[in-house]
Amino acid sequence: MIERSCIGMETPEFPIEIEREMVRQFAAAISETNPVYFDVFAARAAGHPNILAPPTFGFTINNFHPQPFDFAKLGLKVDQVLHAEQKFVYFAPIHVGDTIRVHGRITDVFEKRGGLLGFVCMSTFAKNQHDHAVIEMVTVLVCRKQA
Amino acid sequence: MEVAHFDRISIGDELPRVERGPLTRTTLALFAGASGDHNPVHIDIDAARAAGLPDVIGHGMLSMAYLAQVLTEWVPQSAIRAYSARFVAPTHVGNALTCTGQVVDKDFSGEQRIVRIQLQVIDQFGEIKIRGEAEVTLPT
Repeated sequence: MIERSCIGMETPEFPIEIEREMVRQFAAAISETNPVYFDVFAARAAGHPNILAPPTFGFTINNFHPQPFDFAKLGLKVDQVLHAEQKFVYFAPIHVGDTIRVHGRITDVFEKRGGLLGFVCMSTFAKNQHDHAVIEMVTVLVCRKQA
Repeated sequence: MEVAHFDRISIGDELPRVERGPLTRTTLALFAGASGDHNPVHIDIDAARAAGLPDVIGHGMLSMAYLAQVLTEWVPQSAIRAYSARFVAPTHVGNALTCTGQVVDKDFSGEQRIVRIQLQVIDQFGEIKIRGEAEVTLPT
């Protein structure tokens, strides 16, 4: 049973500095080859102030949050949790050198198939050092119940 | 990159496809480290078995990152307004993934010219792994 009382739970806003090797390693790990994700000169030539973070990098920023949601507190085991849906809404790009503040909130929890599957919906907002919104992320996690 | 123009795009147009993989355990280990997703079901076969899986499974966010390359190899990243994915089946070690996109709608109504793209990741057996969608703003 997922605790419905966790709806509205929030992660504290925390500043995360976007370092060059973080973005480069991420880009390499997803088989990117476009130099805007690796090389500052290529990025500048494409109109960016610094190396650009790929479109799904926002989720990784969230993974680096030092105080993420405590799944155990929600009644979930981490190895039983799978990603069901993910959405990104983009307002501004994220570059190396930015400091991104993410702020997450659990917006809904519900069960399906007579409680066999539990769902957790989260919304995460990311802002940069200029206080501009950069991305909104909506995440749906599904938890299989072990028989 | 040849610039995609709103006026020259038709509903039904297919975007250049992106082929990635086959997934190896190394691919998953490197993505775990680089993405900060350390869930053991992606990297530790013992943990995967303890969770009732026959083997490790790939990160959904890795496939979603591959699928985004259909967009970023077609338009500059700044053109993407929204991008979403439903993870309909897990990926496995050995999966070769084909990422495709197709124009499904053109929106003239607002100030911006928006193209809606339907996206998909399938493996070498034709199993759908991700159904995705994106909204892209294009110059006329």
